[in-house]
Amino acid sequence: MQEKPKIVVARTRRTEAPAKTFVFTAAMVPASGVLADYRQKAWQTFNRLSLPSMTEEAWRRTDLRELPADTVHLPIDGAFRDLAPVPADLLKPLTADKHGGQVVLLPGGAKPYLSPGLINKGVIFTDLHTAERENPELVARMTGQTVSPEEGKFAALAGALSQNGVVLYIPKGVTVEQPLNSLLWGPGVDLAYLSHILVWVDEGASVTYVHEAASPDENGPALHAGIVEIKVSDNASLRFVELQSWGRHIWNFSHERVSVGRDGNLDWIFGAIGSRLTKNFSELNLVGEGATGRMSGFYFTDGYQHLDHDTQQNHLAPHTTSDLLFKGALKGHSRSVWQGMIYVAVGAAKTDGYQANRNLVLSPNARADSIPGLEILADDVRCSHGATVGKLEQEPLFYLKSRGIPEKEAERLLVEGFFDPIMQRIPYEGVRARFQQAIHEKTATQ
Amino acid sequence: MSELVIKNLHVSIENKEILKGVDLAVKQGEIHAIMGPNGTGKSTLAFTLMGHPSYMVTGGEIWFRGKNLLELATDERSRLGLFLAFQYPVAIPGVTVANFLRSAVNSRRRLVTPEDKGMPILEFRKMLKEKMELLKMDSAFAGRYLNDGFSGGEKKRTEILQMATLKPEIAILDETDSGLDIDALRIVAESVNVLSGPELGVLVITHYQRLLNYIKPQFVHIMLGGKIVESGGPDLALQLEERGYDWVREKYEETPA
Repeated sequence: MQEKPKIVVARTRRTEAPAKTFVFTAAMVPASGVLADYRQKAWQTFNRLSLPSMTEEAWRRTDLRELPADTVHLPIDGAFRDLAPVPADLLKPLTADKHGGQVVLLPGGAKPYLSPGLINKGVIFTDLHTAERENPELVARMTGQTVSPEEGKFAALAGALSQNGVVLYIPKGVTVEQPLNSLLWGPGVDLAYLSHILVWVDEGASVTYVHEAASPDENGPALHAGIVEIKVSDNASLRFVELQSWGRHIWNFSHERVSVGRDGNLDWIFGAIGSRLTKNFSELNLVGEGATGRMSGFYFTDGYQHLDHDTQQNHLAPHTTSDLLFKGALKGHSRSVWQGMIYVAVGAAKTDGYQANRNLVLSPNARADSIPGLEILADDVRCSHGATVGKLEQEPLFYLKSRGIPEKEAERLLVEGFFDPIMQRIPYEGVRARFQQAIHEKTATQ
Repeated sequence: MSELVIKNLHVSIENKEILKGVDLAVKQGEIHAIMGPNGTGKSTLAFTLMGHPSYMVTGGEIWFRGKNLLELATDERSRLGLFLAFQYPVAIPGVTVANFLRSAVNSRRRLVTPEDKGMPILEFRKMLKEKMELLKMDSAFAGRYLNDGFSGGEKKRTEILQMATLKPEIAILDETDSGLDIDALRIVAESVNVLSGPELGVLVITHYQRLLNYIKPQFVHIMLGGKIVESGGPDLALQLEERGYDWVREKYEETPA
């Protein structure tokens, strides 16, 4: 009898560097103002929670071991004066000819503007600090309305120390025609950008809001952690365009949740082309009967980018409708993760939920993970999902080239064709043009 | 005058030799037909001329407009004036006929002027509309996704529309009649006839004679076992119609299948 070869595995200790720790201190937590208590509690939560590790389901595919926690600091007041200025292109309106208001968040500062017409209508649209001073009750009411610092280390960090943020309130019945825009501009290295966005579209009101986070590419790391809390009240309507154009050095984390009331409507558009690493939690809570929400995501990664989007569509009332489509293309050594869940609560009958994620992997070294999920606790519902990861096919490419279209351009046409279903869902030419531009730039590089 | 010259062409796919020494010359203004039973290498010849990556040229030469085609990429061959109407046009969802054709037209303009910004959109629309009217096509076609959900006839007409727009000097029509009913066949053939003339050389690849009732070739070649075994005038096609391929097989196949 032949003896089985014995395999000896040397017990090598995994040389894991000790988890780096953040250098923030209790003294940095603003002690006064209407949010003092909230921040103090968030700070305690931040200290209590450890950095997420890959043993946690939500973080299984996103590795934070190289997170530069110990080197990032809060920007000092007026830091923007010594850093790269905002490119004029980022201030142009994308969804109409003209903005009704614009809030620019800078490192250590903010520049809010709202048209007099909208001020007269009672609209509030400004940066967080200004709102804390001028509208403390509203800010107190909106903070924690949909996201809790308890949700994770980064939510707690943003809750405790957010230096910057946006507060948007549309009073009952007010229809805002001109879109509102905010830009979080985050140049520089070794900085921690912590932002907190609060939106409340009150009963019967409606608005289009575009928020972009952006920075130039820099040599050296930086971090962004943010909270986005949005409430769309009964019969209200929000079109929310969220663009992530961070430089390739940014470690980006966000916790975002929108709750939609009875017969309310949300159209949520995501575009993600930047950052070194992103972990984003985006949740839709349909809390009122007849509420509807649509989520449309565009992402395109290259180099060593890693984008991880965690989406959740929660049907918490009957007759609610959700429709999610995320489409992404990947190049280089980049990686994307999409993990989606449709949850239908007990009693949420006659709901209609849909989710689909489609990925186009353009390089043999890129990888896309697509993980749909359904959890249905009600009867009489319609829920379905789809997830695909594919490559560019040779025959279409040959067909295009046989008409004289050079290889790169043929590839780009096919990528554009792939993204077309997302473009069809975006009613704003400016936003589509931005995505087209990203496709052009990313397909042109090797 | 442009000429496509094929000399002793040998082609393999996955190490199996399909073309075993093809010789053929097609001049601008001429109409040639290659006929032959299925599996004799007709489509292989078409794909090889266009540079499909799955077809490996193991011997011989292809010259077009004085250039060695085998040294040129597929897109370069197209811009040089070669066109292949596919037997099975590929569906490209999300890319409209107009958008696709505009890219193709602009890539030709850039060949002449590298910094060309592309044909202005209005000029392009007007040109495309004219071509569609010439081929009696509904202008709504321009906005549809390329070949996506097209009927067999619509696909083939779209191939001819591409040909009309790109104005090749030599066009290869690979089994353009396959999958078409008699009405669709007539429409497609008439479209080809609208475009043919002294500027266009056509190589019609077909299994059946019926297409040649509409597109009249001056030269007919019979392909068998990876070679052109007979060449002649239009009467050769009629002979095939009457007698089938068996006599050709008997005459040339050493080991019948």
